[in-house]
Amino acid sequence: MISLNDEVMLLRQVPYFGRIDACKLKLLAFTSSRVCYEPGQTIFHQGDASEAAYVVLRGTADIVATAPGGEMIIGEASAGTMIGEMCLVSDAPRVSTVRATSVLELLRIPRDSFLRLIADNPRMSFEFSRALAETIRDKAAGLARQLARRPERIV
Amino acid sequence: MEKNLLRYIWRHTRTQQIWILAIVLLSMVPYFAAFDLPKQIINGPIQGQGFESPDARAPFMAFDFTIPLTGWDLSFDGFALDRMSMLMGLSAVFLLLVIVNGLFKFYINTYKGRLGERLLRRIRYELVDRVLRFPPSTMKQVNGAEISTMVKDEVEPFGGFTGDAFVQPALLGGQASAALFFIFLQNVWLGMIAAVMVAIQVGIIPKMRRRLIDLGRQRQITARHLAGKVGEIVEGIDTIHAYDTTNFERADIAHRLGQIYRIRFELYQWKFIVKFFNNFLSQLTPFLFYSIGGYFALRGSLDVGQLVAVINAYKDLPGPLKELIDWDQARQDVQVKYEQVLEQFELPHLIEADRHGLSAATPTFGLGPLAATNITVADGAGAKVIEGVSVKIERGETVAVIDNMGSGGEALAEAFGRLVWPLSGKVTLGENDLLELPESVTGRAITYVSASSYFFHGSLKDNLLYGLKHAPTSTVSYSGRDAANRRWEIQEAQLAGNATFDLNADWIDRRSTSIMRGFSDDLKQSVLRALDAVQLTSDVMELALHSHVDPEDNPVITERIVKMRHALREELQREGLGHIVAHFDPTAYNPEATVAENLLFAATKRSTPHEIEVAETPYVHEVLRRAGLSALLFDMGLTIAENLVEIFADLPPEHPFFQQLDRLSAEDILIYQQLLQKRKTRAGQTLTEDERRSIVRLSLHYIEPRYRFGVLTPQIMDQVVAARDLFYENLPADLRDRVERYDPHRYMAAATLRENVLFGKPSHRVPDAVANIRRIAARIMDEMGMRDSLMGLGLEFDVGSGGRRLTVTQRHKLSLARALVRRSDYYIFNRALPGLDRRVQEEIVRDVIDFLREQDNNPSVIWVLSNTSLSRLFHRVIVFDRGVVVEDGTFEALDKESGIFKSLVA
Repeated sequence: MISLNDEVMLLRQVPYFGRIDACKLKLLAFTSSRVCYEPGQTIFHQGDASEAAYVVLRGTADIVATAPGGEMIIGEASAGTMIGEMCLVSDAPRVSTVRATSVLELLRIPRDSFLRLIADNPRMSFEFSRALAETIRDKAAGLARQLARRPERIV
Repeated sequence: MEKNLLRYIWRHTRTQQIWILAIVLLSMVPYFAAFDLPKQIINGPIQGQGFESPDARAPFMAFDFTIPLTGWDLSFDGFALDRMSMLMGLSAVFLLLVIVNGLFKFYINTYKGRLGERLLRRIRYELVDRVLRFPPSTMKQVNGAEISTMVKDEVEPFGGFTGDAFVQPALLGGQASAALFFIFLQNVWLGMIAAVMVAIQVGIIPKMRRRLIDLGRQRQITARHLAGKVGEIVEGIDTIHAYDTTNFERADIAHRLGQIYRIRFELYQWKFIVKFFNNFLSQLTPFLFYSIGGYFALRGSLDVGQLVAVINAYKDLPGPLKELIDWDQARQDVQVKYEQVLEQFELPHLIEADRHGLSAATPTFGLGPLAATNITVADGAGAKVIEGVSVKIERGETVAVIDNMGSGGEALAEAFGRLVWPLSGKVTLGENDLLELPESVTGRAITYVSASSYFFHGSLKDNLLYGLKHAPTSTVSYSGRDAANRRWEIQEAQLAGNATFDLNADWIDRRSTSIMRGFSDDLKQSVLRALDAVQLTSDVMELALHSHVDPEDNPVITERIVKMRHALREELQREGLGHIVAHFDPTAYNPEATVAENLLFAATKRSTPHEIEVAETPYVHEVLRRAGLSALLFDMGLTIAENLVEIFADLPPEHPFFQQLDRLSAEDILIYQQLLQKRKTRAGQTLTEDERRSIVRLSLHYIEPRYRFGVLTPQIMDQVVAARDLFYENLPADLRDRVERYDPHRYMAAATLRENVLFGKPSHRVPDAVANIRRIAARIMDEMGMRDSLMGLGLEFDVGSGGRRLTVTQRHKLSLARALVRRSDYYIFNRALPGLDRRVQEEIVRDVIDFLREQDNNPSVIWVLSNTSLSRLFHRVIVFDRGVVVEDGTFEALDKESGIFKSLVA
């Protein structure tokens, strides 16, 4: 069984939290809950209200976008990946669906805890913004690559 | 009611008063006889009058009496007795008279007491009857607490006075004049003295007491206002706290109490001055007797026996006299009180008594139309809210009433509901004026609901069925003791002018429920469907699941709950969801529960909210020690403390993250931090027992999947499970009633119904565990046909005073449901659902209309809407603007016109 300290170790590998104090991460982990999903279970659906972000502790999941044309896997999450963090900040509905592809263990970080922690730690806020910017850039680049590969799937 | 209390009493107790007067007069005979005896005993056998020679005899019980007018002579020569026998004989007669007098007193007092209580009952009933008949305009001004203090406290002295009203002056007057007359008989001059002193007392004392009465009146009114104020504080407590005005209220109360104190103090001063003066006057007379009478006795013109008899007789004069004066005081006092009370209850425009006649007849549905003709209604301040409005509602219409400016719609609804009486014009139901029809017609044909509808103390069910309790629909047949009891109740009620309706009868009118298909479950269906329509079903179910049920009272339900527990467990397994609940297993550690819960392995209860939890009692620590767990849990607690301190020490005390800790506050964290430091810096220094326990306590409330500090070892878990039996071995008596060991095959009375069904803990690690359990449990409940019995349990929930144990929203919904349970021709909903969100409002309005349209009596629905967009759910829309109807037509028609309606709805 993974203990809180192991979770902290894992959180440190997440780009957003790499430079944040261990004791703050421990607080973040403590205020979060650990949840398990079976393969095939959906963590959240595209269009759902977003209440929490997740960090994958163990297992894998698909990130799926639904367009009128059908579903498309736009990414995969594995240990150390953070899911759903953007909507947490912007208070928007989920832009994609996440589905477990193996036994999945996640750390569920509620919106309130997360925003509170950011508000308390200006440095964390900065680190988070920078990491977020990097993620968006990577994603955009990835999407461009995907688009080049399979243009016919996108309507 | 009579203006004068004495006259009121006379009117209602005339025959009894005459009877008791007769008894009192009769009692005068032995009373008077007892006066003469001491003189006879002293002068005769003791001093030897008539026994001059040793063997002289005197007649005993001889009398000679001539009946006036007839000339008949009654005489008895008596028995001749010697001196000693005469003494014994006369003393025996004296004793007999004492007993006879005592018996008379006993009878008279009992009779008076009963008389008083009956009259009190009559007055109270009459006052409450009047409250029930107050016109609506008056009800807006009355203060409930003041009315109740009037009915309960202020009339209280009337009861005591009633028995004395006529008997007392007769009895005391008789006694006083008998005493006076006797003094006169003995000696005219001494009699004159006594008479003059009596005249002074009777003349002066009541005059001195006039101020007392005035003060009494002030006291009554200030005390009444105090009661009103206290009632206001209780009712307005939320507002008082919200605006931090507790000290203003304290000042107000202190001021009032000060006023009462001043009045009371002055009252005491006067009372004792009067008392002093009265006592002085009464003592002055014997002074005159001793000095003047003694003077005559010394001079030989008055024999000693005579003087002793006068003084003896005088002993009986001040008593009755003082009481007579007191009686007069009491009379004035109650008269003033009576006037004060009457002032509040003697109102013009009381609702006629015949409007409230009891009618058990099946209501004739199908009355109509309901029409307002040219009515004008004023608000509390007298301003006209609607003026010259004429509206006619036909049977079967659904009408939305909306306001642009003002509150004309509300006023119209209130006029339809008889909550206000129009200043001019009239409201008619069919051919008749609404205000002239008996309430047994209007109160059944029309159902009125507003957001301020009241709930009575009792269960949800009592309140839901309240609208059906018009008249007893059954007669209870009593037998034996109960029958005698009931006869007595009826007889006494009649003697006091009270109603004799039987409260134990079935008052629920089953012939006017909204669902009426002729089945026996019409009432139940009406209630359940009404709850559905107002979306209260899940709330009621929640109340049921949250309730504690005693298996002895409900053996069937509780047994089925245990069955449901097993069914739920099996079903979860079958759906592959077995892991979402950690069930309570007597032989295994439950990882989702705390260490303490695992040790106790029991449902626990607190008899009072302040009692400490079982897990916090010293006995738990004792068990831990015996089980060899103390040291283990102490070490575990240290690690938990270290982790918690590490995580929380830096946070400011008011930080919201502290809410994550169920039982710990910022101060607790600080204490643990100091404890840890103490251990570190002064190694070897032992902690106190309390400190050790506070560390152990952290372990006791620890749940591994929740905290994830990785401190709960399999060894500890096994030892905790093993310690369960140990816990129960020497359980102290005070804890024995508070813990009920978990048994998968038994219902736990100490746990809620929900806990009994689940009999475990939902997993912390499965995010939708609770939702899944609910879904499956609901399905099982329906499969087992348990829904109705659980709803039944939920309906037993006590709503508290004024329904305060429910939320405001629940109260509004309940008020609506109460209306839907009963069948009426017209349903008037006056902004009945404020504060609900739009979507819910729309669903409820639609469902309510649909539900009512199912009735076969073609009822009309009139709904004053706050949410104007809902008017599209109605056939007809009436728009008010500044107290007049500006638009009236079908929704479609009004929607096409470009009037006020269009601008309101757009």
